[in-house]
Amino acid sequence: MQAISEQEREAQFQAKIDRGEIIEAKDWMPERYRKQLIRMMSQHAHSEVVGMLPEGNWITRAPSLRRKAVLLAKVQDEGGHGLYIYCGTETLGISREQMLDDLLSGKAKYSSIFNYPTLTWADIGAIGWLVDGAAIINQTALAKCSYGPYARAMVRICKEENFHHKQGYEILATLMRGTAEQKAMAQDAMNRWWWPSLMMFGPSDANSPNSDELMRWKVKRYSNDELRTRFVDRTVPQAENIGLKVPDADLKYNEQTRSYEFGEINWEEFFNVIKGNGICNKERLMARKKAHAEGAWVREAAEAYAKKKATKNAAA
Amino acid sequence: MSALKNLTAEYALRIGDTSLVLGQRLGEWCGHGPILEEDIALTNISLDLIGQARAFLTYAGELEGRGRTEDDLAFQRDERDFRNNLMVEQPNGDYAHTMLRQFFVSAFHYYFFSELCKSKDTTLAALAEKSLKEVTYHLRHSSEWIIRFGDGTPESNLRMLEAIDTLYRFTGDMFASNDIDNELLKAGIAVDMTVVYANWMKKVESVFAQATLTVPKDCFMITGGIKGIHSEHLGHLLSEMQVLPRSFPGVEW
Repeated sequence: MQAISEQEREAQFQAKIDRGEIIEAKDWMPERYRKQLIRMMSQHAHSEVVGMLPEGNWITRAPSLRRKAVLLAKVQDEGGHGLYIYCGTETLGISREQMLDDLLSGKAKYSSIFNYPTLTWADIGAIGWLVDGAAIINQTALAKCSYGPYARAMVRICKEENFHHKQGYEILATLMRGTAEQKAMAQDAMNRWWWPSLMMFGPSDANSPNSDELMRWKVKRYSNDELRTRFVDRTVPQAENIGLKVPDADLKYNEQTRSYEFGEINWEEFFNVIKGNGICNKERLMARKKAHAEGAWVREAAEAYAKKKATKNAAA
Repeated sequence: MSALKNLTAEYALRIGDTSLVLGQRLGEWCGHGPILEEDIALTNISLDLIGQARAFLTYAGELEGRGRTEDDLAFQRDERDFRNNLMVEQPNGDYAHTMLRQFFVSAFHYYFFSELCKSKDTTLAALAEKSLKEVTYHLRHSSEWIIRFGDGTPESNLRMLEAIDTLYRFTGDMFASNDIDNELLKAGIAVDMTVVYANWMKKVESVFAQATLTVPKDCFMITGGIKGIHSEHLGHLLSEMQVLPRSFPGVEW
């Protein structure tokens, strides 16, 4: 049998994708496809884990025991999602240690939204409703992506994210039924989280360097702007429903397209936060580094004990 | 009958407060654990404990009959009114401290709830049975870490010794009892702490032996939790936990 050329292999791979087939871990894939998926999936896993920090910031101050329990359950889910996606990413031939090193060295990114601070209890509502709401839109699209392990992870994760979304909305709805101070707290959170949530969909299509390739490989099924619009269309009525004002003077409903038109995103802020100039960039990474460094002796002890035990078992 | 009710309310309060304060402490770890799996385990355990706190505090409020809810009890009392033992309010420290505190309390919880399942107060018995399932996992998880640390590396062993030195002196407070216990024990409602202590000690000795650690002898025990005499740590824990309901009285969250 004659060896086929790299070009032919890539053509066969593309044909497979075009037929709507799913790529599994052991299938041949172009190196670039593998790299792109490692980048996206590890970034996703890192986001779940770093995202525990801004929410963890309010676990000890949750205003009722029920809210505390729900928030704990939610944050536990996020950790579980991180673990699940790390495992999924390992199918592409990268170890969790390597991914973690890349996060701590700043080589790998996580969602910039978590570089914004959680200043009030209402921010926990806003994260659940807006940030998880945006994540659901992204992840529902990714549940149909061409890489099987990622797609399957998204199906499972989306179910839990829907519960997170509801609990966030419920927090804000309760505040909006409350006192003037509570309403102001909710509106302030809305004002601070609305635009960063829109930024979660990434740069506009004209300015999205990875998009074409990812669309061709059906890793991405919809463009950043399409998903962003879907989010706005879904979220604006929910805001109005509980009396929250969307902080966008240019927002208007277009009867013909049956969709909202919205103002220009502050891309300068977006790129600044990506570059590390957000209010919490340094704190988030420092917290991860500190946890990792202070946990070193714990991991070493676990490893040493496991080795001792294995030696004992072998001798027995 | 009503006297017994009041005593049972106080008893439920102790159980609820102990779970609440430990759950709150574990919540401080969120996102800062040594490994992701441990981060998840700690939130999971914290969630169980907060669930226990809610159930026992709700029951305490019902028995008391003054209309106080779980949240009134958790957020509107001062530290002198808290009835948790001194162990659970101790700061997290390093992971050896956190796990040793967890092991001491989980072993206590395990044998305490095992006894409370037999209580003549059917609500306490039912809550104990549910809690027992949860703390069985907490005990297994923390026992495994005690053994790993004790028999792991010289550093982890040394950290365990330091943790034992700091925390062992509070173990006695978990078993402290007074007239309330005596009255309720006679009525078949409370558990016999001497039984719980004997079982607890056997477990600690067995796990410590596997971990190549020694249980301290003749250690002076610091007590006071059931009288509301706490260490200075509790006030800070409460001021953080209670900040919102105290700043905005009477509102819904």
